Amino acid sequence: MKLTKALLAATAVAIAGTAYAASHSDMANEMTLVSWGGAYQNSQQKAYVEPYLAEHPDVSVTWDESSAEAVAKLRAMNEAGNITWDLVDVVASDAIRLCDEGLAMEVDFDEVLAPGDDGSTPTDDFGEMLVSDCYIPQIVYSTTVGYRTDMVGDTPPTDICAIFDTETYPGKRSLEKRPINNMEWALLCDGVPKAEIYDVLETEEGQQRALDKLATIKDDVIWWSSGADTPQLLADGEVVMGSTYNGRLFSVIEEQDQPVAMLWDAQVFDLDGWIIPTGLPEDRLARVLDFVKFATDTQRLADQAKYISYGPARKSSAPLVGKHAELGIEMGPHMPTDPANAKNTFIYNYEFWADYRDDIDAKFQAWLAQ
Amino acid sequence: MTTSSTDPGSMDAQTSGNGAKPGPMLAADGTPLKRSLNRALRRQKLRALMLIAPLLIFVLITFIAPIADMLFRSVRNEIVQETLPMTVEALKSWDEETTELPDEKVFEAAYYDMFLAAEQKLHTRLGTRLNYELTGISSLFRKTGRAVDRFDTDKYVDDFAALDPSWKDPATWAAMFANEDIAKALPQTAHLWQRWTDFLQTKNEDPAKEDVEPFLFTSLYSELMAGADVSGLSPRLEQAAGAVKTFTPVSIEQQFIDADKDWGNHEVWATIKTYSPAYTPGYFLNAVDAQLTADGVSARPENEQIYGILFKRTIFMSITITLSCIMLGYPVAWLLANLPMRTANILMILVLLPFWTSLLVRTSAWKVMLQQQGVINDVLVWLGIISDSGRLIMINNQFGTIVAMTHILLPFMILPLYSVMQTIPPTYLRAAKSLGATNWVAFWRVYFPQSVPGIGAGSILVFILAIGYYITPEIVGGTTGTFISNRIAYHISSSLNWGLAAALGSILLAAVLILYYAYDRIVGIDNVKLG
Repeated sequence: MKLTKALLAATAVAIAGTAYAASHSDMANEMTLVSWGGAYQNSQQKAYVEPYLAEHPDVSVTWDESSAEAVAKLRAMNEAGNITWDLVDVVASDAIRLCDEGLAMEVDFDEVLAPGDDGSTPTDDFGEMLVSDCYIPQIVYSTTVGYRTDMVGDTPPTDICAIFDTETYPGKRSLEKRPINNMEWALLCDGVPKAEIYDVLETEEGQQRALDKLATIKDDVIWWSSGADTPQLLADGEVVMGSTYNGRLFSVIEEQDQPVAMLWDAQVFDLDGWIIPTGLPEDRLARVLDFVKFATDTQRLADQAKYISYGPARKSSAPLVGKHAELGIEMGPHMPTDPANAKNTFIYNYEFWADYRDDIDAKFQAWLAQ
Repeated sequence: MTTSSTDPGSMDAQTSGNGAKPGPMLAADGTPLKRSLNRALRRQKLRALMLIAPLLIFVLITFIAPIADMLFRSVRNEIVQETLPMTVEALKSWDEETTELPDEKVFEAAYYDMFLAAEQKLHTRLGTRLNYELTGISSLFRKTGRAVDRFDTDKYVDDFAALDPSWKDPATWAAMFANEDIAKALPQTAHLWQRWTDFLQTKNEDPAKEDVEPFLFTSLYSELMAGADVSGLSPRLEQAAGAVKTFTPVSIEQQFIDADKDWGNHEVWATIKTYSPAYTPGYFLNAVDAQLTADGVSARPENEQIYGILFKRTIFMSITITLSCIMLGYPVAWLLANLPMRTANILMILVLLPFWTSLLVRTSAWKVMLQQQGVINDVLVWLGIISDSGRLIMINNQFGTIVAMTHILLPFMILPLYSVMQTIPPTYLRAAKSLGATNWVAFWRVYFPQSVPGIGAGSILVFILAIGYYITPEIVGGTTGTFISNRIAYHISSSLNWGLAAALGSILLAAVLILYYAYDRIVGIDNVKLG
């Protein structure tokens, strides 16, 4: 009942908004959205772009699947003085860099975003998900490990350190070809308490220690660089376990019915969300702000979970998460934020990696190449 | 003779035309022939130039200029000077060889620069730049940018306002520095006021309405303390000049160190000083596993050396791929050139077919073929040649990269070879044999030398394409089969270290040009034929 009312109210506001827009015509009618393509972009299209277009039939949306190179491209656009994008979907670490470089606009969350359905202010509703002044989070995803249920015998792994246990779980593993996450897991499994991991990783010895731990399985690792690699390697039985994004594993398990299960232990949370490029002309900015307010409200974020197994970034959206739009299964238990899955988690340490990424990456790549 | 031909209107030319004396030959219109010919040729050349001008301009604007601009980034480093102009200036008198931190003057300059940079949001950009050289500067700058407008220097604001409340009024300041004598007496504060108002104007804000920030008071305080002569300029200033000695000074150094203890780290200052010139060899040094520090050039620690390995590997694997292409392409090209037209055409389609298939599809197909649970391993296990536990590792290593790239680049070898071989008359081989040569001698002594230009053309094409490849090695290369281009791509799109990417790219370009030059000297580029 409450929901219907809220929806009605939202629609009324939206209609009023349209009327206002039509009478003043101070909003651009074209928007270029940048996203990742594939299932994720599809979930955005279904959950908020299509409903928005239904309310604003004059508006047309163009997708650009460039999120992976968004930072580099935005920097180039900025240097050329011609920003062609209106709204860009990026991961949090990229958003922080864009904000640092002055390429993303700072946003006053309480003014720009819609309040939560439960009446909370946007700042409270997003809470600690607001990791940068420029960044409007949409979903929480996690990097976690999936394993072949038919290749692990009678004792399926329950612990992240199974990656390093080649005796109990022989076979190849796939890990991402970058230090982030791998270094943390290595230290964790080398006996470093979780709270001290970044203190250890700041030091030369700590970095060497992590690489030494990874060296124990170096010959058993296939290093991936694209999110689609691990699902393919698992499906082909090429690896016994591997890290990837939880949404990719969901589709291997539930949509493709492969004998794969998820570990969840020591999963690393990360965010995905919008940034608005700096320097947009006023009419385009007005349109983007209108769209963002709609697209990140409580209901829209909850709707997105119907299409992909990533958790909404708003607390108020969690109770509204329903069933998968096609498979009809409850999505709650597949969310990385579900209490059963989130017993032991990491949160991507943005500040640490902003500083140490170049340095540790140089060491990591040199170690890989040797 | 030369004078007469360059000065055709002279009497000499006229008389020689009449045949009285031997002189330059004349054209029908009476001008010397040489000049007339030159003119005609020049016109022709000009016409030719005009014809290619659109292409030339197009290539210059869309190809050469952007590449030159990108490569130029490998030495450009103005960002430090532009963001911290006063600090760079103040650091000149600091000796980084000593273990001491820079003096208060430098910290003060850093405070002014940092405040303005933080307002313009430029400090984090510089932090990212310097973080390439010293880990930790990125967050140091970000933190300080947040802290810099909360420094205790607002005490000076209160001190000045206690003397005369009108100090807080921006209009006072605007009026003060409109007076040229005051601006001359307080050069630093006037300069900062200018930078501050310029910045406000870019944001379309009126300097007469914005609060006067503490950094301006700090500068005023420091200049008055240093004994700036303001007598007779303004009673307000004179009063302040008399009173500043009673203010309790704020240590800017302490403010910085409170914001982040790393400002007390000698290395941070040494890095800023080392990288303050507008042009730096730093990126190139990084690209050859060295680094520029305050003590000069030194090699990077062994566990960070990677580019040397990658350059060597790139060259070695590109040569291997070129050789494999010759081995595989030569017989195919020979068949194409010698089979009857009809069959040759069908074969030709097979050669061209990969061109019509997406590169990613071809590369991914090799994955399916070569992986441990893949087609080739399955067949070998089924045949009993290898055991199930001893499946071959053929992908995610150098072997996988060489196989996939040889396949992808093969047409670039076959096509030039084929077009050269087609021009070799088959009668030569028959003639050699009829003169008693064996098959091998006829091929090696007669046929092969004539096909060398094709090999040359194909090799250059394949080698140059291979050396810059990155998609295929990224997908099938694992850790031992990746190229230098993979790192260039990483620095362009992920780490955003464009300077380093440009330096690596320049080195790669130079390497290709040197190899090309060597090839020209050894084989001769005239011997290369594309058809």
